[in-house]
Amino acid sequence: MASVELKSVSKSYGGNPVIRGVDLAIRDGEFIVFVGPSGCGKSTLLRLIAGLVPVTEGEISIGGEPVTDVPASKRGIAFVFQSYALYPHMTVARNIGFALETLGLGRDAVRNKVAEVAKLLKVDHLLARRPRELSGGQRQRVAIGRALVRKPEVFLFDEPLSNLDSDLRMEMRIEIARLHDDIGTTMIYVTHDQAEAMTLADRIVVLNHGVIEQVGSPQELYHTPKSRFVAGFVGSPRMNFSPVKATGVGADWLLAGPGGLRVESHVTGNRSTPATIGVRPEALSIVAPGSGRLDGVIERIEDLGHEHFAYVRLDADNSWVIRLPARPREDRDTKVGLSFRDEDLFLFEESGARLDHAASHERSAAAVAQPSGGGMAA
Amino acid sequence: MTDAALALPARRRRSSASYRLERRIKKGFLVVAVGLVLIYTLFPYYWAIVSSTKQGAALYRNTFLPAFDFTYYKALYENKIFLGSLVNSAFVASSTTALSLILGISAAYALGRIDFPQRRGVLMTILMISIFPQVVVLSGMFELINWLGLYNRPSALILTYLLATVPFTTWILTTFIREFPRELEEAAIIDGCSHFRILTKILLPLMGPSLASTGILAFILAWNEFLFALTFILTDENRTVPVAIGLMGGSSRYEYPFGQIMAASVTVTLPLIVLVLIFQRRIVAGLTAGAVKG
Repeated sequence: MASVELKSVSKSYGGNPVIRGVDLAIRDGEFIVFVGPSGCGKSTLLRLIAGLVPVTEGEISIGGEPVTDVPASKRGIAFVFQSYALYPHMTVARNIGFALETLGLGRDAVRNKVAEVAKLLKVDHLLARRPRELSGGQRQRVAIGRALVRKPEVFLFDEPLSNLDSDLRMEMRIEIARLHDDIGTTMIYVTHDQAEAMTLADRIVVLNHGVIEQVGSPQELYHTPKSRFVAGFVGSPRMNFSPVKATGVGADWLLAGPGGLRVESHVTGNRSTPATIGVRPEALSIVAPGSGRLDGVIERIEDLGHEHFAYVRLDADNSWVIRLPARPREDRDTKVGLSFRDEDLFLFEESGARLDHAASHERSAAAVAQPSGGGMAA
Repeated sequence: MTDAALALPARRRRSSASYRLERRIKKGFLVVAVGLVLIYTLFPYYWAIVSSTKQGAALYRNTFLPAFDFTYYKALYENKIFLGSLVNSAFVASSTTALSLILGISAAYALGRIDFPQRRGVLMTILMISIFPQVVVLSGMFELINWLGLYNRPSALILTYLLATVPFTTWILTTFIREFPRELEEAAIIDGCSHFRILTKILLPLMGPSLASTGILAFILAWNEFLFALTFILTDENRTVPVAIGLMGGSSRYEYPFGQIMAASVTVTLPLIVLVLIFQRRIVAGLTAGAVKG
């Protein structure tokens, strides 16, 4: 087990920066998830930590020791690949034991370790098979077994579940969480799946264009995102945004937006001008037209059984989605009003940074009071 | 308008039976076509077999059945020079194959995996070398062989055949290594493998099919080569089989030993057929299946 520390780590390919000056301290035993849109550098960052790709600048240390120039096999890490990357010409047993074989361990020692790991992952009946004779879930287990057998100090996962179908993905997600509880090893996990990030992570690292946007617990990211990017990235369906025109003096603003939106707001702390507002789909409710904060026309209703999404068009450029527990009484093409509480309103300045306002403190306080803070999209 | 164009015509279908008839006719044509191709490719070899078992004047009668007279074969197997040329051919062809595979793999690993700016240039040069006609390089190669003191030695042939075989083995193997999933290699790196161990334990076992097919191509090329073998070898005991057959003479200068040549040709083709039959399963087998989710 070990901590991992990155100090202003950068990586560029032929002058193209992919990772720019990332600082990150991961505690011993922590489960960290890297998320971000494709091309944000999350996989590259993982490969830098693994040592599969050399860093251009900066320092990486594992367990307090600098490992920037240490080869991958000597860093005490294990890597689970998206494609599993099992050796197709070897049996499951040899796949799991190959690292130990390479280390020069005796035949019996290897066999014992392999048997032990295979039993833990419930693949002991498959040891004589080749990877092509296994199902996706079994291959994934073998890949994890191959990582586990090396007794790594840090586990690295690169989108390990993205090749599985959704049922199996949920099952393996729970097993990975259990594995982390059992062995307590530091784990770093790359995914683009919200549910995996929110349910597995102790802390989530949101990456955008090679820089860290925010690091925090799933609840922190959900309730107090630092920027519009994080607010839009965490939560499903994503937060509704609309541009607003702000008029006012000092920190008191009157915000006017599409759908007849008018909100008075007192910005605290940083005093720049709000340019965008955001409201999460689950914070909105449908009321009679004219009696809410803004009005729109229902364009489409999606019925998923346990929840319903209503798409409400505010004007030509803006359409908001509302998440409802039951099917709304209103039909398509009906004019409706939308209402939300003051503390559910997010304000962002032109650059995308979030602005605190008078009511947002209540939300933050509530989130801290119940850190397991339910209501999360999973 | 477009909708009208897309709409199906009112009588759009013929009867089901007419479609069945159409399918059967097409199938019949296919069978005939395949038959024609098979006759075209196999008849010359069959004719050689038939001719090699006929004697004297029977050779010039058009009978399609073999006569099962193996006099020519017996004579051939007592012919020391011919047997010697078989040994020479085997030596030259297998050495050429082995050398070009070793060189090809090393070059392909570099060209397929390591990014260096001249890579494209190198690949293009290799391709260009492989398309030079033999006659163009013949005289230059002759000087080179003389200078190296290899004239009239089978090793001269190995050296010159590499000129033709290394480029295409490199090309084929480079393509293969490029398509080889990088994650497998990274997994091996994390498992603590050196480059050599990756090559021998991971890449080579998985490259079996492509090694077999390129190897066979190189072998066939070296086994059948005539021009260099004729030019660089002077004496009978150092000749390879194609030249030995070409220079076969009858008992008098007016006799053309047709039957004997046919018998020799059949004998020479057999090793190739055996090789291909042995390796065809390996060539066809998709060994990489299951490495990465497809």
